[in-house]
Amino acid sequence: MTARVLVGVKRVIDYAVKIRVKPDNTGVVTDGVKHSMNPFCEIAVEEAVRLKEKKLVQEVVAVSCGPQQVQETIRTALAMGADRGIHVEVSGKDYDSLGPLQVSKILAALAKKEEASLIILGKQAIDDDCNQTGQMTAALLDWPQGTFASELVIEGDKVKVVREIDGGLETIKLNMPVVVTADLRLNTPRYATLPNIMKAKKKKIANMKPGDLGVDMTSRVEVLRVDEPPQRQAGVKVESVEDLVSKLKEAGRI
Amino acid sequence: MFVFNGETNRQGRRIPQHYAMAVFTRFKSAVRWRYIPPCSVYRRRLDPGPLLRPAESVPERRVHHGGAESAAPRRRPFSRVTADDLVFFRGVLPGRVITDPDVLESCNVDWLKTVKGNSEVLLRPKTTDEVSQILRYCNARNLAVCPQGGNTGLVGGSVPVFDEIILSTALLNRVLAFDTISGILTCQAGCVLESLSEYADKQDFVMPLDLGAKGSCHIGGNVSTNAGGLRLLRYGSLRGTVLGLEVVLADGRVLNLLASLRKDNTGFDLKQLFIGSEGTLGVVTAVTILCPRKPRSINVAFLGCSSFQNLLKTFHMCRGMLGEILSAFEFLDASCMSLLENHLKLTNPISESPFYIVIETAGSNSAHDEEKLHNFLDKVMTSSLVTDGTVATEEAKIKALWSLRERVTEALRHDGYTYKYDISLPVEKIYDLVTDMKEHLGSRAKNVVGYGHVGDGNLHLNVISPTKDVGLLAAIEPYVYEWAARCRGSISAEHGLGLKKRNFIYYSKVPEAVALMANIKAMLDPRGILNPYKTLPDDAHSR
Repeated sequence: MTARVLVGVKRVIDYAVKIRVKPDNTGVVTDGVKHSMNPFCEIAVEEAVRLKEKKLVQEVVAVSCGPQQVQETIRTALAMGADRGIHVEVSGKDYDSLGPLQVSKILAALAKKEEASLIILGKQAIDDDCNQTGQMTAALLDWPQGTFASELVIEGDKVKVVREIDGGLETIKLNMPVVVTADLRLNTPRYATLPNIMKAKKKKIANMKPGDLGVDMTSRVEVLRVDEPPQRQAGVKVESVEDLVSKLKEAGRI
Repeated sequence: MFVFNGETNRQGRRIPQHYAMAVFTRFKSAVRWRYIPPCSVYRRRLDPGPLLRPAESVPERRVHHGGAESAAPRRRPFSRVTADDLVFFRGVLPGRVITDPDVLESCNVDWLKTVKGNSEVLLRPKTTDEVSQILRYCNARNLAVCPQGGNTGLVGGSVPVFDEIILSTALLNRVLAFDTISGILTCQAGCVLESLSEYADKQDFVMPLDLGAKGSCHIGGNVSTNAGGLRLLRYGSLRGTVLGLEVVLADGRVLNLLASLRKDNTGFDLKQLFIGSEGTLGVVTAVTILCPRKPRSINVAFLGCSSFQNLLKTFHMCRGMLGEILSAFEFLDASCMSLLENHLKLTNPISESPFYIVIETAGSNSAHDEEKLHNFLDKVMTSSLVTDGTVATEEAKIKALWSLRERVTEALRHDGYTYKYDISLPVEKIYDLVTDMKEHLGSRAKNVVGYGHVGDGNLHLNVISPTKDVGLLAAIEPYVYEWAARCRGSISAEHGLGLKKRNFIYYSKVPEAVALMANIKAMLDPRGILNPYKTLPDDAHSR
């Protein structure tokens, strides 16, 4: 039986919130804006908890990198059924430039430290849409990876993953330890119920810094400018076909 | 024939309890016997008791004719629409006079698909002046008019009964003004409630009312029916939040009561007459409404209770511990949950319970609110008043939890023919009506469910049968109304009377009050062209 699953969770701006660009175009407004767990990370946590319920894994550890507020996100993962949490403190300039490279280095270091044999991540974060952390983590650890998983089955010391790809579905078998990234149809995350929320308050969240793991946080990427997408122009209603044709000609379309 | 069973009125005169009645003609020697169906006019003539009578004695005198009170009225002698009328309308509203039967089909049927009219003309004015011209003409020509907003009403008040002209507010949809300091919004009556919510949201305000029908209902209709909804617990009713109205009267006169003032004690408050009058006293064309600031932090808790007693204790505790941040307290029963799961494929977020509560808190400081909410939830779980629950702070999850309460009406519609009752009762008695009704109807009904604004003492009782069933209706009515009247409740807490409940008004209002309502109607609409056959009972017109 696999001992430990590491699940990465990211605190992002809630997907229902309207994003606004900062007036100085250096980023988006995050102050006072509602944040929540990345939806794909929720799916990852749900999958890990289900594996624990099936007794295929022993312990689920939720990890998040960021300032003090990410503790809320870790608590949500604990309320969904994770056993303990790890908060890697990253704040200020380091947090602004935090990207998949740094996170994957941190996860790789933690996987070795915690002796995890399965890492489940969301396929991508909804704020940067990078879709890189899972792949980079697997490369750093030299582990096989099953990305865009819509089904995950543990068979002994092997993992069968059904991947959603452009052409359809691809089924692969991987030797443990593996990195798996969760896609939308992997499962439907559960609601955290009150008894579990109360139990979660007592679960432990360990604190550490990237330096403790020997991870270099310098970023190779510099954000130059952030702009809003161009406003969508209103359509024009026409009364007749002749009108439509003439308007299309005017716009140079035909 | 008089058939007495011992009932007497205040003066000791015997009251007949059965159908026929002797009518004495002016020839004393000849007594003519004639069958006259019972209705309260005759009861009143026999029983000129004192002006005020205690509510308990009133229901015992009801003589229900197993459906006559619910039956369709007779067409009153209004004029019929002619080609000349259409020419006039087309002159006032070019391109906005609809006579296409396919379009009219949907406007002639109510949202519940239980009432259908035969209107042949749909008018869509854009301005108050156009409404005024139309009504002046219709009044002169004695043409009946049915004002229609979003057509989401549940008592058949929004569709024509016969061939009344439908006057739609769909194009009266402009926001006229918004004061960002006071939050006072002025808009035309055809603005859809959800659009107004979105508009107010951009300015950091919210509308003071919210209902399941928000995607379709018009604010003019909300005001004309004094809609309640999910936020009444927090912001009060439209009678407090509507600051002004612009109404067009039956003869076309425009009554401009559009004040944007919180306080104005100059003369009689006429707008209160029109609020809740269901389009029978005037057509609302513009509304000024006070919008509260958008709360910074909204939390929704979905809880499961093992008994209604525990639900009430939870409510009591909730009021005490959450206090000013409480903005909604709704409930639904296990039958509602299974309907949601079966018909709408929604999932129950917690374990099965006999009752479910939706609690919403809204405040200006998320840390403060969450702390209060978590303390409350802690207390309520440890004392076992609540068996299970979940909390949401993210918008998507909040919407998902709310949809479990808001979409019950939709799920009921999929289950069969629904008999809807909207009763106001003392809070402790709310669920007793549902259990009594289940027992009373037995296997005749497919399903009997209860849900609603328990915080406001408002129960939505629904009885479902596979198809329309007259026998079932006879078993439900007047049982349900008598039950409500016995507790001094209201037979229509927020849905209004419309067509379906017009004749049951006596269960909640004394005859003298109804008589005064009829006087006011006669004064404001002497020809009775505005939304006829609705709200006031049939006998109120025969005087």
